[in-house]
Amino acid sequence: MNPIDTVTTAYTMSHIPWLSLAIVLPIIFGVLILTLLSHAQPNTIRWTALLGAISSLLATLPLYFGFNKQLASLQFVEKFTWIERFNIQYHLGIDGFSLWLILLTAFITVVVVVAAWEVIEQRIAQYFAAFLILSGLMIGVFSSVDAMLFYVFFEATLVPMYLIIGIWGGANRMYASFKFFLYTLLGSLLMLISLVYLYRITGSFNLLVWATTKLSLLEQTYLFFSFLMAFAVKVPMFPVHTWLPDVHVEAPTGGSAVLAAIMLKLGAYGFLRFSLPITPDASQEYAGLMIFLSLIAVIYVGLIALVQTDMKKLVAYSSIAHMGFVTLGFFMFAKTNPQDQFLAFQGAYLQMISHGFISAALFLSIGVLYDRMHTRNIADYGGVVNTMPKFAALFLLFSMANSGLPGTSGFIGEFMVILGAVKYNFLTGFLAATALILGASYNLSMYKRVIFGEIANDSVRQLKDLSRREFWLLAILAFAILLMGIYPAPVTDTINQSTAYLLQHIAQTKLK
Amino acid sequence: MNHTTMISSFISLFNIKAIYLIACFIPLLGSILVGLFGTQFANKKWRFISRSLAHSITVACVFISALASTVAFFGTLLNVNPIFNETLYTWAIIGNLKLEIGFLVDSLTTLMMCVITWVSLMVHIYTIGYMREEEGYERFFSYISLFTFSMMMLVMSNNLLQLFFGWEAVGLVSYLLIGFYYKRESAIFANMKAFLVNRVGDFGFILGIGLLVAHTGTMNYSEIFAKIDMIKDLTLAGTDWSLITVICITLFIGAMGKSAQFPLHVWLPDSMEGPTPISALIHAATMVTAGIFMVSRISPLFELSDTALMFIMVIGSVTALFMGFMGIIQNDIKRVIAYSTLSQLGYMTIALGSSAYSVAIFHVMTHAFFKALLFLGAGSVIMGMHHCQDIRYMGGLKKYMPITWGTSLLGSLALIGTPFLSGFYSKDSIIEAVHLTQYGWVTIFANLSVLVGVFITAFYSFRLYFLVFHGEERYHKNPDNHLIEKPHESPSVVTLPLMLLAVPSVAIGFFTVESLLFADYFDKVITIAHDKHLAMRTLESNWHSATAMAIHGLTTLPFVLMLAGVGLAWCFYMRWTNVPAKIQSAIKPIYQLLDNKYYLDTFNQTVIVKGLRSLALVLWKVGDQGLIDNLIVNGAWKIIAWISSVIRLFQTGYIYHYAFGMIIGLVLMLYFVARI
Repeated sequence: MNPIDTVTTAYTMSHIPWLSLAIVLPIIFGVLILTLLSHAQPNTIRWTALLGAISSLLATLPLYFGFNKQLASLQFVEKFTWIERFNIQYHLGIDGFSLWLILLTAFITVVVVVAAWEVIEQRIAQYFAAFLILSGLMIGVFSSVDAMLFYVFFEATLVPMYLIIGIWGGANRMYASFKFFLYTLLGSLLMLISLVYLYRITGSFNLLVWATTKLSLLEQTYLFFSFLMAFAVKVPMFPVHTWLPDVHVEAPTGGSAVLAAIMLKLGAYGFLRFSLPITPDASQEYAGLMIFLSLIAVIYVGLIALVQTDMKKLVAYSSIAHMGFVTLGFFMFAKTNPQDQFLAFQGAYLQMISHGFISAALFLSIGVLYDRMHTRNIADYGGVVNTMPKFAALFLLFSMANSGLPGTSGFIGEFMVILGAVKYNFLTGFLAATALILGASYNLSMYKRVIFGEIANDSVRQLKDLSRREFWLLAILAFAILLMGIYPAPVTDTINQSTAYLLQHIAQTKLK
Repeated sequence: MNHTTMISSFISLFNIKAIYLIACFIPLLGSILVGLFGTQFANKKWRFISRSLAHSITVACVFISALASTVAFFGTLLNVNPIFNETLYTWAIIGNLKLEIGFLVDSLTTLMMCVITWVSLMVHIYTIGYMREEEGYERFFSYISLFTFSMMMLVMSNNLLQLFFGWEAVGLVSYLLIGFYYKRESAIFANMKAFLVNRVGDFGFILGIGLLVAHTGTMNYSEIFAKIDMIKDLTLAGTDWSLITVICITLFIGAMGKSAQFPLHVWLPDSMEGPTPISALIHAATMVTAGIFMVSRISPLFELSDTALMFIMVIGSVTALFMGFMGIIQNDIKRVIAYSTLSQLGYMTIALGSSAYSVAIFHVMTHAFFKALLFLGAGSVIMGMHHCQDIRYMGGLKKYMPITWGTSLLGSLALIGTPFLSGFYSKDSIIEAVHLTQYGWVTIFANLSVLVGVFITAFYSFRLYFLVFHGEERYHKNPDNHLIEKPHESPSVVTLPLMLLAVPSVAIGFFTVESLLFADYFDKVITIAHDKHLAMRTLESNWHSATAMAIHGLTTLPFVLMLAGVGLAWCFYMRWTNVPAKIQSAIKPIYQLLDNKYYLDTFNQTVIVKGLRSLALVLWKVGDQGLIDNLIVNGAWKIIAWISSVIRLFQTGYIYHYAFGMIIGLVLMLYFVARI
């Protein structure tokens, strides 16, 4: 008997394969642009890319509207045998955790396509194609239920991103793209071995099966650390975080936006799909280590962000510090009642989504400045508000959101994780709460030096305020940030069941 | 039918929820309209709100809000709608924790609502004159309306989450307004400083909220109070500290940031970089009292911890006394008033520590009116003096600015606690309440502080008054600003709010002291452990009438101290005007200490800010770049490079050879693992 049948999780089948559509649609458009349109007029390429991005976004909407909030199990399941020899399945399905990351991916793809409109002048077709394909692959990661499928998507995302950095990046792009590729590839090779090991003992690559497989603590420990290698690099966690600032500095604006908004979440999502359900006992065993590393990310990296002179590096370090909250919230297991972790856990998840909006917005804002001034050095700016008042207003919102101002999405996740941390242990809460001060410090000091003040030099004097395209691009992100900040219930409602289920699952020992 | 029943039946005509919603959200509407369509944020095509339309819209919105607040106030005063506690919408449900937006409107709230909206309205009107020639006129109106909304959210909230929302939102607007003149380096430094110092307070605040949520599972005030017995005997996990004390002190640290208590007061004097109307509204009358409000709102918690109350009292006493000293040596008209605000906030905090919450709120109210009046008066002086703020170069303004002079005099008299004026009733009640506490040395220190404070307040207030309005005209002595024209009285749009504010500054204490402090107005709202904390009960038993209190006040020590302060100011600044300089050189070290603000800014700047930056630089250069990147990452790279130099013979330089090698390696690895 197929072990999958023994899994008690309910399946809901859908008639239209929405998930496949969400994955394939952007890829088809990408391939189309790459092959048929590679020598077409730039405008044709742009509009086709936008059409592709928007239609993929539309294809993800049924996932939200058709999603049953009452179920913790996977929904929109699709399943076909892919490689029979190894029992590898094309097995898709989503729960609440996947849902918002998929929506975020499709949304950010539209944003980066628009952001690149007139900015990218070389190899336009390849640029748009890379982003569309990347979008499909990332949605693939978020909807895979088969570990091998997950792994293929997970690794495949490296290729377009590698090209994006290597081709459209800055002066030192080769170094950065290599660093990115090697770091993340090396991290995930060990994971592959773990997957094969799990396949050996279960005969399946089904994550649901693995979640119920009994494993000794030693096995779990090996698996946990091999997963950790893969995901910690992606998140990135201290001490494997140093690639991120280097890569951001060289990446083109769109690349940075997607990297920060979504690719970092692949790592955090990995913890949700692999580490926590498959190795719950090892996760509990090494929770202290994870919390320790997360707090280092919050404090140590937060401090480092304070002294950055390059805007992109500053935001990159701030990303690491914010992702520290995500891992912190995931690993603060409650001692008595597993549901006590609810607050911190959901806070961590909300932080992921919120950071997707805010980091994209910040990188796009820096891109707006870079396109005009061709420098990211904070010292080259000053008094931008005098010439770009609209930009200054939006950038203020993003900076404030990044420092966790209530009413913006940046607040909820951080607030909930801190509250959860206080509950977990007062000292942990105390250390996590320093982010309130550090976050405001680096964001506002950058804002002060770049935006406020007298006009610093002639280049600033000649700045033109946002074009209509840029304005709407940032305005729509601002809208998303405010909407989520004022009304986060749609997100929390859809992940409530998934959270409860996962926390319950982690609390049950899987030891043999 | 008498007046009371007439007003009651009039109020019961309204849908009270609608009234509250209007009071809170109408200013937001005005702010958004003007912000989006009246400022540089909009393109020319969309910028259809002109300067005059901008102030008309916002003034109208705040006026409506003020009317609604007044209806709300009488609703609670006459017990038509004593307590309204309702959820507006559910923000999110996290497990079993509900995060909600809702209103708790009771007598405490409506009082604050009236103070906020009416002072805000005065400031709105005043701004029309004060900011007339400024760039960013519309932006300013948008900000102060946004502030009014945020402050209303703060006081009307029925839970800590929304309180925190308002708390941070007023902080944001304060940030925007202190930095209103964004070209000025000092302004953009001051606004960042204000935000960051407040964040230090919020750091404590959020820990307090976290502890409450952890132990009660809710953020709703009434639910927290209902569960208070569950937590009152607990200790903080892993320590033997009383949980309730830790909660109260961490929450109070939040209040120390917002209400500018020592040592988190450092942002308030610098906030004077903002335009004067907002100094009146935000940094004197309303926002800075948010901390006082918060403590009063959750008085049932604070009543459980004498340690926390003593802590509060010490902090308040230090602030009241030492910030008062600072007021003596300031020469900037706004800074004198700013330090006076700090000192008065210290008084309010002392009242909180004495469990006299209603007295603290009473002082919040009277202070809001007379301090707004003083600030707006100072603004009028600044306009009359053509933007000179240095009181050494003023003098004799009484002749040129009669309305400003008269109203400022009334404001000063109210501030120093002249019997029958509003400040007297609130301040004297604080002094009495402190007297009745039983906290040993803390009581002695607080007593000393409030009494010396009376003398100092009288002295610096009248120093300011004499230097500005009386004596020799010294305009021509100003080295940076040779005034050619004579000073002039401000336009009526500026003087009208002064006159309107002068009325409550004089009279509101006399008419409200009995109902606010000694009737049952706050009974359902503020909890006092009367068995331990005797102050309020004793005050109540000694109470006769407002007139009797004022007449009695003429015979007490504070009155003598007040007269002494005014007299000394007269001696130094009217009669023997060369004495102050002599004293200043005689006590040079003390003067230096005050002039350097007790070296607190220096300490913060050199030790904390620079220290953290250097630490951060070390972490970055040594930790991230040195250890991790160079040693480990690039080190591994170098080892691999060395190995590969040995096996270079196998290297062909063709990418597909490498890829082929990688695949073989991978297959081998998989094979071995699969065999295990």
